[in-house]
Amino acid sequence: MSLLPFFQWCEASSVGTAIHNSTWAFAVIESGHLLGLAVIGGAVLVVDLRLLGLGLRRQAVADLARDAQPWLVGSLLVMVTTGVALFLSEPTKCYYSTPFWVKMTCLALAIVFTFTVRRNVTTAAGTRARPLWDKLVALVSLALWFGVGAGGRWIGFSG
Amino acid sequence: MRTIPPLTRQPFRGNLSPVSLLPFCEWLANTRGSIALHESLYMYPLVESAHVLTLCVFVGMAVMLDLRLLGLTLRRVPLSDVTSRLGPWMAAGFVVMVITGSLLFYAIPVRSYQNIFFRIKMIMLCLAGLNAWVFQATAHRRVAAWDLDLVPPRAARIAGALSLVLWAIIIVSGRMIAYNWFDCDKQPQPSIVNRAAGCVVAGSR
Repeated sequence: MSLLPFFQWCEASSVGTAIHNSTWAFAVIESGHLLGLAVIGGAVLVVDLRLLGLGLRRQAVADLARDAQPWLVGSLLVMVTTGVALFLSEPTKCYYSTPFWVKMTCLALAIVFTFTVRRNVTTAAGTRARPLWDKLVALVSLALWFGVGAGGRWIGFSG
Repeated sequence: MRTIPPLTRQPFRGNLSPVSLLPFCEWLANTRGSIALHESLYMYPLVESAHVLTLCVFVGMAVMLDLRLLGLTLRRVPLSDVTSRLGPWMAAGFVVMVITGSLLFYAIPVRSYQNIFFRIKMIMLCLAGLNAWVFQATAHRRVAAWDLDLVPPRAARIAGALSLVLWAIIIVSGRMIAYNWFDCDKQPQPSIVNRAAGCVVAGSR
């Protein structure tokens, strides 16, 4: 089953056409998307670096993860909201864009991974010493979020 | 699109006046490397991607530090730990930002120089640097006295808030450079726009 009809329906939606036809809307929403990127970058990196034994090494992983959590969730919500708005303004372009599908795949994996495997590791850390597993989880997290960011940037270059 | 000038090495003959760097930018735009980067299929997008993604490292860390200064996150982490442990990552990210940013300017010097958002970004960068310097020279010098405070003193909170605002403006104006709303070749523009962007408009001074 093709998603194309759904994407075309999105393109015809009032929100989509309004953003598409506005001079400023896309740029303004995209700026919000970038501001969210900076925050999510910090919230993810502080914890992943710690899992790798870098950065704030003197603090417990669980403490850092708890402190970063609201900023991670908050910025993710901003990114998804602004991201959906950006998508609505050009769904057909996205449908035929490989970077878009790379980004969406990485995003789905990153979100699932962050709130399952990584969450387990950051809450259990300290009770069990599994440094290799911690490092692997951090690397997978960084790789997935990098895929999201790089794919996202590349949507703009393609098509 | 720019017409392609002959690929001869040209010495800089412009007049480096203290008010306008335009002749310098025009000379830069005609250098071999600038043209190559400008016309490259992959190099320019790669440099731009590196610039955007390093934002996560540099501004991301700066945001965590600023939020700590505001007492909004990492409250139980000593401020000196945040600066000493995250500082090197911020510094490395900043170096990458400056190098990739300079390359982006190098690829499109004249249009960037005459871009109102680019100018706003450069001014805000200076202010962000000034803010960081003032913080270093004042509140941070007495950090031992408030290192463990859950909410740092007023001067530190102001520095953190200013930093957040300035970097937000830098990010937004940086993104806006890509849009040509106020470009010099889109006339007529309000005279204040032309003046701010340094446009040389026929018929005006």
